[in-house]
Amino acid sequence: MPSLIDLRRRIRSVKNTQQITKAMKMVAAAKLRRAQERVLAARPYSEIYANMLADVAGAAATAGAEVSHPLLATREEKRILIVLVTSDRGLAGAFNSNLTKAAQVFINEHPNADFQVEAIGRKGRDYFFRREMKLTGEHLGIVEKARFADAAAIARKVTALYADEAVDAVYLIYNEFKSVMTQKLTVTQLLPVAVAGSEEPKDYIYEQSPVQLLGTLLPKYVETGIYRAMLESAASEHAARMTAMDAASTNAADVIEGLTLHLNRVRQASITKEIIEIVSGAAALG
Amino acid sequence: MSTFLLEVATPEKLVVRNDASEAQIPGSEGMLGIMPGHAPLISEIEAGELSYTMEGKRHVLAIAKGWVEVTGNKVRVLVDSCEAPDQIDLERAETALKRANERLLSPKQDLDLARALNAAKRAQARLAVARNK
Repeated sequence: MPSLIDLRRRIRSVKNTQQITKAMKMVAAAKLRRAQERVLAARPYSEIYANMLADVAGAAATAGAEVSHPLLATREEKRILIVLVTSDRGLAGAFNSNLTKAAQVFINEHPNADFQVEAIGRKGRDYFFRREMKLTGEHLGIVEKARFADAAAIARKVTALYADEAVDAVYLIYNEFKSVMTQKLTVTQLLPVAVAGSEEPKDYIYEQSPVQLLGTLLPKYVETGIYRAMLESAASEHAARMTAMDAASTNAADVIEGLTLHLNRVRQASITKEIIEIVSGAAALG
Repeated sequence: MSTFLLEVATPEKLVVRNDASEAQIPGSEGMLGIMPGHAPLISEIEAGELSYTMEGKRHVLAIAKGWVEVTGNKVRVLVDSCEAPDQIDLERAETALKRANERLLSPKQDLDLARALNAAKRAQARLAVARNK
């Protein structure tokens, strides 16, 4: 049976842990609010962009000209690049393991393809580094800040790999922010760009030909795609950490309750034992 | 006075959403002057100065390259970056301009000409806007 001192020590230790998990929860909540604001702030650009791309693609298609652009060319998918957005830090529940698992499943589904990984976030880097996967690049500590320039630099690199035919397709794997309780694991194709041209292109004056416009618009698709994934991932990460730390705090409270109950029983038993000893001692003397 | 809705967005945030009565946008084929009731138009735009009139007051922004779309009574501008005069870091713009000029004057093998030119234009636009405020 554990002694009273041992039990008190255990309780103190669990209380300390609980304080840390509570603090982490508060920090995650504050960071989540900021990350959510950034997701909302980025929305107007991507909406306007999507409309414009659809209009231009539609116009380019109806112009009858054969639209050929290096980023639209589909090839047999023999070499696939995965852009994996994970977090830099752990303690966020199953946030990162879900991502790496999904990436692994995706790889297993394409047994005939060669895979490479562009890792955004430490956790994904570590996972594939340990499995000796070919990493084309690693980017640590950029998801938190979520600057567009970082996303654009990665996009330029990925686009160049695709345009040079070093890879045949690029997929993006990240957690989309649905709500504080749920993150949606998302696997989307980044390249070749799958544009749906709008059916009824509006009657625009085109300062440049639609085909030329499409040429400058398309690289932006990859940039905004990666940027959006980074923003969504940051918001999801804080939400996941908040939920995980909330659960951890509740668990700690349960453990403390159980230990306290046990402590009281042990203390009661030792008092009872002492009384019996005194009483029986007194009886023996009398 | 009739107006149109002007929206200027960067990937990071929506910078302007206001009713304007007139706007000057640096299209890549020349300045575009937009008044209410302009015909639908799509164009690329260059790094430069974007100015617009709102309630009789003139506003100037330094913008990087992007696109503009005019539809109905909406003018939507998508740019990589956009700053009001008081947000511009003069020192940074000056060093950026110097760096870009150096790259253009003594080109290395792997120089991305379009990018260097664009960087120079962007820095020039920032300097011009900041000094004219």
